[in-house]
Amino acid sequence: MVQRLKARFGDAIREASLDRKQAIVLIAVEQLREISRYCRDEEKFDMLVDLTAVDWPKREKRFDVVLNLYSFAKNERLRLKAHAGETEPAPSVCEIWPAANWMERECYDMFGIVFEGHPDLKRILLPDEWQGHPLRKDYDILKQDTDWVRENLGIESGQ
Amino acid sequence: MSDERTTKTISGMDSVNTTVLGADEIILNMGPQHPSTHGVLRVKLKLDGERVAGSECIIGYLHRGVEKIAEHRSYQQFAPYVDRMDYVAAVSNGLGYCEAVEKLLGTEAPPRARVVRTILTELQRIASHLLWLGTHALDIGALTPVFYCFREREEILKIFEKYCGARLTTHAFRIGGLQYETYDGFEEDTKRFCNDFAHKIDEYETLLTENRIWVGRTKGVGILNAADAIALGVTGPVLRASGVKWDLRRAQPYAAYDQYEFDIPTRETGDTYDRYVVRMEEMRQSRRICLQAVENIPTGPIMARIGKVLKPPPGEVYHSIEAPKGELGYYIVSDGTTQPYRVRVRPPSFINLQAFDKMAKGALIADVVAIIGTIDIVLGEVDR
Repeated sequence: MVQRLKARFGDAIREASLDRKQAIVLIAVEQLREISRYCRDEEKFDMLVDLTAVDWPKREKRFDVVLNLYSFAKNERLRLKAHAGETEPAPSVCEIWPAANWMERECYDMFGIVFEGHPDLKRILLPDEWQGHPLRKDYDILKQDTDWVRENLGIESGQ
Repeated sequence: MSDERTTKTISGMDSVNTTVLGADEIILNMGPQHPSTHGVLRVKLKLDGERVAGSECIIGYLHRGVEKIAEHRSYQQFAPYVDRMDYVAAVSNGLGYCEAVEKLLGTEAPPRARVVRTILTELQRIASHLLWLGTHALDIGALTPVFYCFREREEILKIFEKYCGARLTTHAFRIGGLQYETYDGFEEDTKRFCNDFAHKIDEYETLLTENRIWVGRTKGVGILNAADAIALGVTGPVLRASGVKWDLRRAQPYAAYDQYEFDIPTRETGDTYDRYVVRMEEMRQSRRICLQAVENIPTGPIMARIGKVLKPPPGEVYHSIEAPKGELGYYIVSDGTTQPYRVRVRPPSFINLQAFDKMAKGALIADVVAIIGTIDIVLGEVDR
């Protein structure tokens, strides 16, 4: 399958590997939508099980956007990964799998990754007026807590 | 009106702009404090007379940042937190997490532990479905089943309590196996429960299955076809009621499920009634699995040799199980230290709830209650 992907998308397929016997394909973020569509239509990965991200702040492009796909026909899983920079938008896959809608919103909420082409990208779990994106590694829970106490209670936090 | 949210567009599959209302349309807010939203779900409904023209679920009221907490705990320390997501099926949450970390470590629980885990998880599935059945029927107006369901659920919780001391947030499993041996009489208790339970399910069915009011309120309500269900990532009983014969216990077996015989019930229409029938049948199948497993629990150790300090080699793993509500997945990234670098929980309720908009469109407002109930959500898991 990796060969088929490489033949079709060339350099956009950066790397294919196995980790704990699970298939991972690293792709270029610009081609995310095209490769996703190909995986769904040609390789029969018809369900998007999960879409999430991982933050690696020291890397040049700090985010991993991670898509976990499942194929009913083959009973196989595939993980697509793409590196995305802090200011660089990732293409939305909502039109390929409508399931991505809330998952991308959660990703935006927690990491601040902007998904281009998403029908209604806004926070989902946190209030709209929330500052920052909590699952980033540089988001300091303690600082956010002490700031909140100072601002809302007018005292210094004991934490 | 300064509430920013009321001026925003309603999301969902088809975005409906709430600022543009037709002559007969109104916006109705339901929840978050509403008895039939099963916790703190807020639904904004756009109504055309009594019909739902659009909807938006507003969630997050119970958000505790579980995934962030995980990054500041060791692997073992985080295990009790997962019980607090789907708190009516804590055992299943624990199983998923423990197995995911075991996979990450490249180890496996011993056979005895796997079978005991299977029994407890299946009992938990029955308990979760019972809670769903009772409250769902209550929402629709059938008062009796809830008392029956809680009576049987109590028996299961008693088994949990005898086994590990806790009833709800059990923390029953440990990474690598089990902390506790089964108590004396565990097998007998499980068998007694299973044997009694067979005719208890029949009893519930006499209350509901052919009850004209029940059928009238559920048949043809909230239809979700198979193609939509797959596109929306819906899993579990909701997917099976739409006609997709897919169950992770069979498709990608974990724990000890490959050793037991059980059927995967499916239905065709994908309406609220079908989902009811599927879950009823699932309880029977869980009972079957329990009876098979309890007959033959292997002897041997209950804990794998993994050491006290867990440092999984760098890398990542995705592991999922068939929780009572659907596919519960854990995506864990390790950087080689004692704390996970990232834990992502793929909660079935969160993703199934996304199908609400599709199911509710065109339904009567009274049916909204039935549709929320039929998805079987737990807000602790939706919001995490």
